[in-house]
Amino acid sequence: MSQADARLSVLKTYKLYVGGKFPRSESGRVYEVTAAKSAGGAAGRGRWLANAPRASRKDARDAVAAARKAVAGWSGATAYNRGQVLYRVAEMLQGRREQYTAEVADAEGLSKAKSAAQVDAAIDRWVWYAGWTDKVAQVAGAGNPVAGPYFNLSAPEPTGVVAVVAPQESALLGLVSVLAPVIATGNAAVVVAAEERPLPALSLAEVLATSDVPGGVVNVLSGRTAEIAPTLAAHQDVNAIDLTGADAELARELEVAAADNLKRVLRPSADPGGTDWTADPGTGRLTAFLETKTVWHPTGSLGVAGSAY
Amino acid sequence: MPRIPTAAAGPPASLADVTASDGALRRFLHGLPGVDPVGLEARAAALGTRSIKTTAKAYALDLAVSMIDLTTLEGADTPGKVRSLCAKARTPDPTDRTTPQVAAVCVYPDLAATAAGALAGSGVQVASVATAFPSGRAALEVKLADTRAALAAGADEIDMVIDRGAFLAGRYLEVYEQIRAVREAAGTARLKVIFETGELSTYDNIRRASWLGMLAGADFIKTSTGKVGVNATPANTLVLLEAVRDYRAATGVQVGVKPAGGIRTAKDAVKFLVLVNETAGDDWLDNRWFRFGASSLLNDLLMQRQKLRTGRYSGPDYVTVD
Amino acid sequence: MTKLFEYAPAPESRSVVDIAPSYGLFIDGEFTEAADGRVFKSVAPATEEVLSEVARAGEADVDRAVAAARRAFGPWSALPGAERGKYLFRIARIIQERSRELAVLETLDNGKPIRETRDADLPLVAAHFFYYAGWADKLGYAGFGADPKPLGVAGQVIPWNFPLLMLAWKIAPALACGNTVVLKPAETTPLSALFFADICRQAGLPAGVVNILPGYGDAGAALVAHPDVDKVAFTGSTAVGKEIARAVAGTDKRLTLELGGKGANIVFDDAPVDQAVEGIVGGIFFNQGQVCCAGSRLLVQESVADEVLESLKRRLGTLRLGDPLDKNTDIGAVNSPEQLARITELAEAGEAEGAERWTAPCELPTSGYWFAPTLFTGVTQAHRVAREEIFGPVLSVLTFRTPAEAVAKANNTPYGLSAGVWTEKGSRILAVADRLRAGVVWANTFNKFDPASPFGGYKESGFGREGGRHGLEAYLR
Repeated sequence: MSQADARLSVLKTYKLYVGGKFPRSESGRVYEVTAAKSAGGAAGRGRWLANAPRASRKDARDAVAAARKAVAGWSGATAYNRGQVLYRVAEMLQGRREQYTAEVADAEGLSKAKSAAQVDAAIDRWVWYAGWTDKVAQVAGAGNPVAGPYFNLSAPEPTGVVAVVAPQESALLGLVSVLAPVIATGNAAVVVAAEERPLPALSLAEVLATSDVPGGVVNVLSGRTAEIAPTLAAHQDVNAIDLTGADAELARELEVAAADNLKRVLRPSADPGGTDWTADPGTGRLTAFLETKTVWHPTGSLGVAGSAY
Repeated sequence: MPRIPTAAAGPPASLADVTASDGALRRFLHGLPGVDPVGLEARAAALGTRSIKTTAKAYALDLAVSMIDLTTLEGADTPGKVRSLCAKARTPDPTDRTTPQVAAVCVYPDLAATAAGALAGSGVQVASVATAFPSGRAALEVKLADTRAALAAGADEIDMVIDRGAFLAGRYLEVYEQIRAVREAAGTARLKVIFETGELSTYDNIRRASWLGMLAGADFIKTSTGKVGVNATPANTLVLLEAVRDYRAATGVQVGVKPAGGIRTAKDAVKFLVLVNETAGDDWLDNRWFRFGASSLLNDLLMQRQKLRTGRYSGPDYVTVD
Repeated sequence: MTKLFEYAPAPESRSVVDIAPSYGLFIDGEFTEAADGRVFKSVAPATEEVLSEVARAGEADVDRAVAAARRAFGPWSALPGAERGKYLFRIARIIQERSRELAVLETLDNGKPIRETRDADLPLVAAHFFYYAGWADKLGYAGFGADPKPLGVAGQVIPWNFPLLMLAWKIAPALACGNTVVLKPAETTPLSALFFADICRQAGLPAGVVNILPGYGDAGAALVAHPDVDKVAFTGSTAVGKEIARAVAGTDKRLTLELGGKGANIVFDDAPVDQAVEGIVGGIFFNQGQVCCAGSRLLVQESVADEVLESLKRRLGTLRLGDPLDKNTDIGAVNSPEQLARITELAEAGEAEGAERWTAPCELPTSGYWFAPTLFTGVTQAHRVAREEIFGPVLSVLTFRTPAEAVAKANNTPYGLSAGVWTEKGSRILAVADRLRAGVVWANTFNKFDPASPFGGYKESGFGREGGRHGLEAYLR
């Protein structure tokens, strides 16, 4: 054993991310997070990684309140500004690439190379969505040629507070792939991190907190999905829910609860093999949490019909 | 027709301060609610879809005949032409003595005396255009002289034009003072103030002109001279009707409305009466408060009356050419 | 006081429409009785006259209709888009040709004025088919992928307030995209959908592409729950919409819902007052207020409230209530005794809660279902008449002091379908429109519809859009 090996490393206490702050669960509960069974190397399999906070229903409620508070400012920011903020996230993630590579390797049991590829793809996904913020309205909106003297414009708007049940397998790339499109368009998100792989999500919060993403725009909860997600699905001040990380039975239960205030629901992929997060993301996730507002206004004429000027 | 009192020159006491200065008048006129052209025209068009049948149609046709200012305003007008028009005004349909007389015959001042002679004792009023009709481009003294000449020739009613140039240049007080001067010159004659709405161009301007005219003492506000491309339309008349309705609500003073030019068919006239009915209401359904400035309209109304009476469609050979 | 200018009756002729004494279900291109032989009566709400006896679909009929639609789906979706489009163009043209007949029919069955069916419903129905006909061979350009595919069988349930127009909103985009449909019209207004079945026959539409199942809520529920339905589209109440959302949870069925509303019509002190009054009147009294996007809450700036209310009352005094077939009628009959009871109950609650009730002076006919135009003043956000959808000719008037207060009050509802804003100040229109949580914002106008313009709600007013390019999305994958 060398001199260096003798040093005991400093461990990180993982916390929730709510309203731009890093609280512990109000319940005081934590749960043990271990390395993926397939995690290789000397690190060992099933090794203890951390005690993650086990968020309660009240933590979920606080997260929704924080998200709601953030909606006005974030959706009211210019699309250009949101794009810059999202790009800043990519920059910060790039700077901490090594850290995430290690965390993803532990979480998903990937080799270092494969894990690095996941991190790179996640960074690139932020860049992809950073570029979309000021284009989605042009793609999803429309000037409508109505049969009358009216100006008529349809424009997309964020739906508000979106609960995101993050993918259970892909702890970083999957998470970024579902989170970035939600906030790119101006929504605020409450994320239920992958139950057994929450650490990359909790660490991502640190990047978000230092990337000019306003507090409350993204809130990250770790814990038991089946405990947290129903609270969010039933919450009357949540506008939409992304069920990607829910299994079929939970997804159905959540969709039923979501009907109480007619949340917009994005169902998990029908494909039992899950979603291929390396594929072209398209615009489906961007537009899933948009409302279309159509505004009419008379155009009229410059003067009374037929007048000289 | 019993003589009815004319409007006072200048605003009622409750609005006295709005004409105190050019600035005050401008602020007042520009403070009137705006007009959305699309909504206005849609409302006028919707009222145009009313279906007026049988008894309602008979009432409307007779009312329309009684509201006509039978008009000839041509350079080629002669005493003979005016006399024949007056004969028609007194007896619009010689085959049907139940046909009402028209309200007035409207001529240039130099033919007012002819009209007055031909209409004496009939109850049909003599209306004369004045104030350098139709352009209004003359010095105030000329306009006043024109007015006095018409009155001297026997005119019961004066149809004056406003100075559109001054109005469009924003010199509202000047326009107001001119109307007021004509109002005073007109004495007991009823004064119709023509805005030439087609030249004012916007409905907002038409609403402002309406209030300006009423403040200055108009007995009627009138759309147009009949001499420009766009004359009376349902929409611009609707603006005038809203104005007289609101003016009475604000001041208690009732002012009449006269669309003029371009109303040629009975169907059109009935649409205007629907506008009156559903905008200003019963109190304006009377030729003391609503007129049509028209000429060919009368024959179409007469043909429609004949159709209602006989059940057959009439033809132009069964009404008189004037 | 008698009016000087009383409009004589001007009834549209009933003879342009020939209503058969009975109608069947329309399944697989044929009219057929219900499997269990049940029937129900369709009544004219203005007179309580029975117009026809109609087969009542049950679960077995839903099975038959869905099976027919499934069989038709393969060949229909395989048709070149241009050919599908031509069927829709044919349908549009036949609707135009038969528009007077359909207008009279709709007026009889629904109770709404002929002026509206003639000038609004029917032109919009034909226009909707025209609009989507043109999309059928251009779907790859709609922004939903280069080669979008239809979903399959669409189960569609529509309400009674615009029977044929809601049918058009449902069927036109579904067919253009290559789906086949099973549509259930409302139990109080089944007739125009059955006439539409005849139009499909005239147009030569292949059997099974459109199936019409008149019936009640049980048939609608069976249709929504049917395992071979790929897509559910519903327009109706929020309560039923929620039931449907629960019913399809956990399935692969795609869902769009167009539900209730409690639209705010905001009038600022610089509004074009005369047009605003028209917009308020049209916003709540169009179709007897039985419109999901009705402007049922008037938010008027306190400084002009008296003036606007006075104008509004004067204007309401000119509304003509009565025989819906009379061309001069502005306000027709309420669609059903149930609806009338609901309106009556809520209006009474308004009074009981202390709002001041004013009713337009008009006489109600002695038979049929009628409710006089009514407005409540002194209403606050806490009153039921300000919160619940009345779906009748009842306007709740609230005041506000500042634009921010107006927006806060307008948005203070679980609904989010429509809103109006009246001001001559352009920047205020844009600022207010931007902050209103509603799918349709009418600025200096109200209740305008067009096939090219997407329509649909925020929040509990539903999701998905009907109309325009956006309307295709619900029927494509």
